[in-house]
Amino acid sequence: MSPLTHKLLRDLWRMKGQAVAIGLVIAMGVMLQVMMSGLVTTLESTRDAYYDRYRLTDVFAPVARAPAHLDDTLGRIDGVARVQDRVVGAALVDIPGRAAPVQAQAVSLPENGIAALNATYLSAGRMPDPARPDEILLVEGFAKAHGLAPGDTLVATLNGTRRTLQITGLAQSPEFLYIAAPGEMVPDDSRFGVIWMGRAAMAALFDMGGAFNEALFALTRDARKGAVLAEIDRILDPYGGRGAYGVEEQYSNQFVSEEIDGLRSTANTVPPLFLSVAAFLLYIVIGRMVQSEREEIGLLKAFGYTNAEVGAHYLKLVLVIATGGAILGCLLGIAGGRGMVQLYLQYFKFPFLLFRLDPASFAIGVIASILAASGGGLLVLRRVFALTPADAMHPPAPADYSRSGRIGQGLSKLLDQPSRMVLRRITRQPVRMAGAMIGIACGMALSGSMLSTFIAFEDTLDTTFTVVDRSDLTISFAGPVHRAALHEIGTRDGVWQVEPVRFVPAILRNGRHSHRGSIQGQPTDADLSRAIDSDKQAIQMREDGLILSTTLAAKLDISAGDRVTVEVRDGRRPTLEMPVVAIADSFFGTPAFIELEALNRALKEPGRVTGAYLRIDPGKRDEITQWLKGLPMVAGVTIKAEAESAFRKVMNQGAGSSRYVMGLLAFVITYGIVYNAARIAHAERARDLASLRVLGFTKGEAAFVLLGELAVITLVALPIGTLLGHGLSQLIMAAYSTDIYTITLGFEPSAYGNAALVVLSAALVSGLLVKRDLDRADLIGALKTRE
Amino acid sequence: MNDPAFTTTGLTKTYGEGEAAVHALRGVDLEIPPSEVVVLLGPSGSGKSTLLNILGGLDRASTGQAFYKGQDITAMTDRQLTRYRRAHVGFVFQFYNLMPSLTARENVELVTEIAEDPMAADEALHLVGLNERIDHFPAQLSGGEQQRVAIARAVAKQPQVLFCDEPTGALDSTTGRKVLKVLTEVNAKLGTTVLIVTHAAATADLAHRVIHFADGRIRDVITNKTRKTAEEIHW
Repeated sequence: MSPLTHKLLRDLWRMKGQAVAIGLVIAMGVMLQVMMSGLVTTLESTRDAYYDRYRLTDVFAPVARAPAHLDDTLGRIDGVARVQDRVVGAALVDIPGRAAPVQAQAVSLPENGIAALNATYLSAGRMPDPARPDEILLVEGFAKAHGLAPGDTLVATLNGTRRTLQITGLAQSPEFLYIAAPGEMVPDDSRFGVIWMGRAAMAALFDMGGAFNEALFALTRDARKGAVLAEIDRILDPYGGRGAYGVEEQYSNQFVSEEIDGLRSTANTVPPLFLSVAAFLLYIVIGRMVQSEREEIGLLKAFGYTNAEVGAHYLKLVLVIATGGAILGCLLGIAGGRGMVQLYLQYFKFPFLLFRLDPASFAIGVIASILAASGGGLLVLRRVFALTPADAMHPPAPADYSRSGRIGQGLSKLLDQPSRMVLRRITRQPVRMAGAMIGIACGMALSGSMLSTFIAFEDTLDTTFTVVDRSDLTISFAGPVHRAALHEIGTRDGVWQVEPVRFVPAILRNGRHSHRGSIQGQPTDADLSRAIDSDKQAIQMREDGLILSTTLAAKLDISAGDRVTVEVRDGRRPTLEMPVVAIADSFFGTPAFIELEALNRALKEPGRVTGAYLRIDPGKRDEITQWLKGLPMVAGVTIKAEAESAFRKVMNQGAGSSRYVMGLLAFVITYGIVYNAARIAHAERARDLASLRVLGFTKGEAAFVLLGELAVITLVALPIGTLLGHGLSQLIMAAYSTDIYTITLGFEPSAYGNAALVVLSAALVSGLLVKRDLDRADLIGALKTRE
Repeated sequence: MNDPAFTTTGLTKTYGEGEAAVHALRGVDLEIPPSEVVVLLGPSGSGKSTLLNILGGLDRASTGQAFYKGQDITAMTDRQLTRYRRAHVGFVFQFYNLMPSLTARENVELVTEIAEDPMAADEALHLVGLNERIDHFPAQLSGGEQQRVAIARAVAKQPQVLFCDEPTGALDSTTGRKVLKVLTEVNAKLGTTVLIVTHAAATADLAHRVIHFADGRIRDVITNKTRKTAEEIHW
């Protein structure tokens, strides 16, 4: 082995603490990059494979009741490759021991047993026998949540008929990749189920003999989707067509796609931020490290080593640390990515999983780290190479502190000698100090912004479940009913308040922008479910126009004062032109509000409601839900507490959980930076400090000169880090937000307080480690070896 | 007489500019014959180390010329200077400048690795009287031992010229004499031209030629009729 290789290995061993700290900073940046991109790639490729293998349909066309012979007409539409009709309907499932009825969707299986579209994946048991109307498939998640297995029975009410059903098998389907109860955002396996039943049985229950109420379409590759949808609508219109829509607007797919898109945008924003912070630090740290080797570089050059040879030597040192960190980061990223995918599987019902890692993310992570590290080293090497070996071998000329003399004089009465040394060094070497300071500020910013993110998630949940939604229960009716029906509910013992609501399915359009969703009619001074402005103040419902949520307004590219076209998909299905009168802050979904009676007038259906918000005596919750379950008009009851806990679970274990990993990484990076700052300051000052000790300064006094400097830099870094962090957190929040939920963030003092504690504790630990070395320093050695 | 090893004409070196300028060399004209031991004497700041650094290709002159065997050192590019140091020149410094992370042998190998016709590292260490402790790190060696490692490192490449800047400056006189003995032996055995910069006037007695520096100029050059051995000198 060549002596330079020996030197390399021994140098690495000598600076192992620092090398590990630098390597970890790189590893954290690369880990996040690899983890997030791997997660996105895995979810995306699994979704695509699942859709493809189980033939997720391209177009859904719900209709009130269409005759079966219409299939032929529909199949002849230009661009349609295949049609399949089916019967779908709502069901209420009795779960023994549960007060609230559990909502479910019933879907017919094709008569011949072969689903051309939206095939089911049978995960246990067997397919139902078409000849036996009481046999069903049950969606796997729901079955597991309630301990049901093939062979068990289930009591369900379908279209008013109570039936005992035999579970023959458990299944999954690409159209139910993500399953949430109507009106809810997050899935809860125990509170919403899917039942597949023979076509004949479904037709009998839902009065669909010789008819269907949903058509599914596969399109040809060159189909013009808009034209196809229009043609389907035209054909189904006489039969109560509810508007055909593409798979991109299908609930489950939309949610999954939004989630993956959101994840991708997080993966495209946050890891590069981490990586660039890590890279920047690496640049500074390596630069200063090489700087401290200046005399050895000069010596090697004096012997006749060429710049290239010396450069290669130091580059190797940098590369060992950088690639070591990057490889560790890749491994951690793969492990982390796999862990995150497992979390997602709780919510995305994939029957199989294709682990994919994005090779580009490895490359980007590794290359960025190595470039940054080499850049920092090479820049300094170039400066050292520019010196003659004679200059390089001498320590740099003593820094000129004369310009800071006045500061010392002015403060000499106030400060002792060591304090003045600290102050002079800081004022006299502003660039070097700024480098260290910005490094620590970046660490502070990462930690602070991640902690802000935690608070913002919490805040958003709080606002949603205490300020926006102040009800205890939400009930939804099977269809529009007269609000007089609410009277019975309102007078029930234990019900304190009832507030009507009407959801009307509609397509909102502004120019080429459109959104398929619903309009929400509420009383003027709605109290249990409110629209709020950015100050969390309730906005009154208006009769003269719509109040759009910020997300919806952004999607439609519309602002208050503009007009929007509303194609109502219910009742007599009018198309309305409405002004947008206000924009409301929204956190979940994309609501559009209007005063209830104004909505009813527009639809010419006075007094109609589709549901209600209830405030109840908490002690009577079970009793009331039990009673509501018995009411024929009630299709579903949602207990807010359950919805909230389901949401928290998703935020903490699913979509939002990556923030905890990022938080942890931010702390590690912060520690790595602060430790390096302390180490380098020590390396730069070792001789000075030994001199002080020789002159009779105590260990404590000598340490003060070094640690005082570190303390000042750290303290200055805190407010700067806070500012940087606030900017960073805005980017992170924007990345986390999707069409489905928006996380909003103000300035969170406590986040930065805690981040400051992280930084200070890192400074304290690093300071103690450095002080330990300082106390052990060999005074004679330090003074004698070099000039 | 052989062609001179070094010739300089009007050599100056100024550090800094304007009022802060320091004139380290103010015009040096000099000839140094090959295979001699030459001692450069003078007070601090008289320019002797600066001259040594320029002749050794470690530093650049401000004006004037310096020739090594007819080649103009002052006109060399960085690359040519590197070649020059690599091929012809060995250095010994006051503070040894050993790589702390390499053992004695490895410190020597650092140079033999890139030299064209080096002696074995162990042979160089024997030459300076270091037979044991050659696998020790600098921190485990005494000052004299460290300096002998530094000399072994300098001579291992069999250079034509050995530049020694205060080689005994950090050593006690007994150890210092051992080091000087090694240097004169290298000169005698290998015919290496040895240039020694020192404060210690007594060192002059073992030189073929003594150059006195004062204030950036050569004050005088003395050729010793008789030379003392390293054991005979005291300071």
